[in-house]
Amino acid sequence: MTKNSYFQEWFSNPRRDIIAGTVVALALIPESIAFAIIAGVDPKVALYASFCIAITIAFVGGRPGMISAATGAMALLIGSLVANHGVQYLLAATLLTGVLQILCGVFKLADLMRFVSKSVVTGFVNALAILYFITQVKEFQGQDWLMYAMVGGGLIIIYGLPRFTTAVPSPLICIIVLTTLAITLGLDSLKTVGEMGQLPSSLPNLFFPDVPLSWETFMIILPYAIPLTVVGLLESLMTAGILDDFTDTESDKNRECKGQGISNLVAGMFGGMAGCAMIGQSVINVKSGGRGRLSTAASGVVLLILILVLDDLVNQIPIAALVAVMLMVSFGTFNWSSIKGLRDNHRTSSIVMIATVVAVVFTHNLAIGVGIGVVLSALFFAYKVSRLLKISSALDVSHKGRTYTVSGQLFFVSADRFAEAFDFREVLDTVTIDVTHAHFWDLSAVGALDRVVLKFRREGTEVEIVGMNEASKTLVLKIATHDKPGAMDEAGGH
Amino acid sequence: MPNILACTDGSIYATSVYNHTAWAAAKMSASVHVLHMLDPHHEDPVKADTSGSIGFGAKSALLSEIVELEAARAKIARKHGKVILEDATDQLRKAGVNDIQAEQKHGRVSDSIENYERDADLVVIGKRGNHADFATGHIGHNLERVVRGCHHPVLVASREFSNMNSFVLAYDGGASAQKAVEYAATNPLLKGMKCHLLSIGKGNAKLEKALDEAKQTLSNAGFEVSAEIRDGEPDQVIGEAVAQEHIDLLVMGAYGHSHIRHLIVGSTTTAMIRTVKIPVLLFR
Repeated sequence: MTKNSYFQEWFSNPRRDIIAGTVVALALIPESIAFAIIAGVDPKVALYASFCIAITIAFVGGRPGMISAATGAMALLIGSLVANHGVQYLLAATLLTGVLQILCGVFKLADLMRFVSKSVVTGFVNALAILYFITQVKEFQGQDWLMYAMVGGGLIIIYGLPRFTTAVPSPLICIIVLTTLAITLGLDSLKTVGEMGQLPSSLPNLFFPDVPLSWETFMIILPYAIPLTVVGLLESLMTAGILDDFTDTESDKNRECKGQGISNLVAGMFGGMAGCAMIGQSVINVKSGGRGRLSTAASGVVLLILILVLDDLVNQIPIAALVAVMLMVSFGTFNWSSIKGLRDNHRTSSIVMIATVVAVVFTHNLAIGVGIGVVLSALFFAYKVSRLLKISSALDVSHKGRTYTVSGQLFFVSADRFAEAFDFREVLDTVTIDVTHAHFWDLSAVGALDRVVLKFRREGTEVEIVGMNEASKTLVLKIATHDKPGAMDEAGGH
Repeated sequence: MPNILACTDGSIYATSVYNHTAWAAAKMSASVHVLHMLDPHHEDPVKADTSGSIGFGAKSALLSEIVELEAARAKIARKHGKVILEDATDQLRKAGVNDIQAEQKHGRVSDSIENYERDADLVVIGKRGNHADFATGHIGHNLERVVRGCHHPVLVASREFSNMNSFVLAYDGGASAQKAVEYAATNPLLKGMKCHLLSIGKGNAKLEKALDEAKQTLSNAGFEVSAEIRDGEPDQVIGEAVAQEHIDLLVMGAYGHSHIRHLIVGSTTTAMIRTVKIPVLLFR
């Protein structure tokens, strides 16, 4: 891993960065429009967001070469806010999300990413892909065979063209061909982008969302801003990790959190929805040769130029073309090797992954899925560690005493197994408990030790504990009762 | 035994770096540690695929493609590096150095010089690197970062090594110049060379006094010293002095100012290294 200076991060690779940024911008147009449809807002809200976020994150982000814009993961969270309260509240929620994300960066919460296991990440990605797929399938409702034919043809172009040439973006060709077909053949039954709402006709303006500045407003947007914050950062940090692997360079994750926050603040002030890093677009960027900050900035600038220049043409793009592009994004996002992994991986990993996916698909909220995934992986881990506890015993030569040897981790999960391992019916003078290779982690562990010692004492057996490590000793001294006066009286009370 | 760290990249400056190193090693009776860094070129894209489409399993496919191509390139680079190090050892041995240790590391010199110069008493590096020819007149950003990262003196090798008979010590009375004077007086590296103390500026009582003391220190150490104060732009004045007196080495303090000041006013040190055609011994 190597460090580059900020200057190098911008200009080490300018020609290819600009080309890659352009390829990404061409892919961002259909995606942003599709995400706007998912969120139920005018396409311009997503397109302004993509422009603002891409430009801002290019300067303040922690991961050069990563593409951030309006995303589906975020769009899925805000549908009901827009439907119930209107787009101004969405902008306010975007601003609040920005503030919360900056705070996450300041307090270095990116380090918490280590608690999100690989299985949860895979579940997140797969759930995202499935949600994309579901939202696109909905577009087919009430449509005739023409829609199916158009989407099918679009997919053939998207996947077939790269076999002949990789010089031109195939999704772009798909859009051009389908739009041309729709216009020349006069296929009026097909829905077009123009019917979905307003497209940008000018540069975005700076304004504050038109919402009352009250506690009530805050309580409306907070339940949206929190999952937006979490999902935005999760997807951004996951994507950053993927790019770290691609480029074998490090990125500053906490700086990325702050960068995402600043980008969302800028997006919100210019009338854009909240966004985050995009896995698919970032992969496209790297694949097209983009590595530096310039590629991210170029994607934003080219996006805006295109959208302003092509205004009328964009209006005429049939939704079928967008659906084809989004299906590609869905298939490309899904982690197909994870299906094979279901058979080969440990069962608990698969359960965590599937639980994450199921939770997301039902709630449409990636934050909930990740929460469930993290809790499940923690529980599985605790269970696995508890199984590392081993207790063996040997009768002394004199047959008057027994030595129990405990090794492993003692905590709330393993405490009961610890207590059960002792044989209290045996008549002995002395019992030695050797805990050299054991560690006492919590109250339950010390409590279990207490119970064991006191139980032996009640049988008139002397108990000696040997080999306790310092950390365990501190805990035991603080909370154990067996070594304190009056222990015997109290034991009866339990 | 003192140790000299010689950084090489196999460029046209390499031979000169080895010659300078051999000279310093002989004077200091030092061992030599040759370091070749395998420069990562991760920002080089794999191949331009601007199809903009992501197929099934695009992420893992792309990652394995990148890793494969970089592995192939890295293997070639490593082989090339080995040849460079063998050549370095060979040339140094011929120049009379016996205690040589050659090492290959991943990374950039400028990023990791601090890790390697810790055990060295002197660092030798070429004025320009691999891209010497097409970037003539442009002193590497790298060089500056290396010098800033070093706590020991850095000898910046010029294109050709010539016999070391005299040196100019650019003296401004500052801490690093003072360090240079003390080093010259105590370290065997510069022993036996003619010394020209040169101060630049209008001259004032304080500077004259300091210059006098420096001259005294050096002549006490057995140097044949001349001292003068000349007015003008530092890089011009020193350039002229070097040409007139047939000087073989420039000794000076380096990068006395912060990065920020440097960004605004530029660096005298860089300008100086660029103008003079002789090796430069830098002190921080």
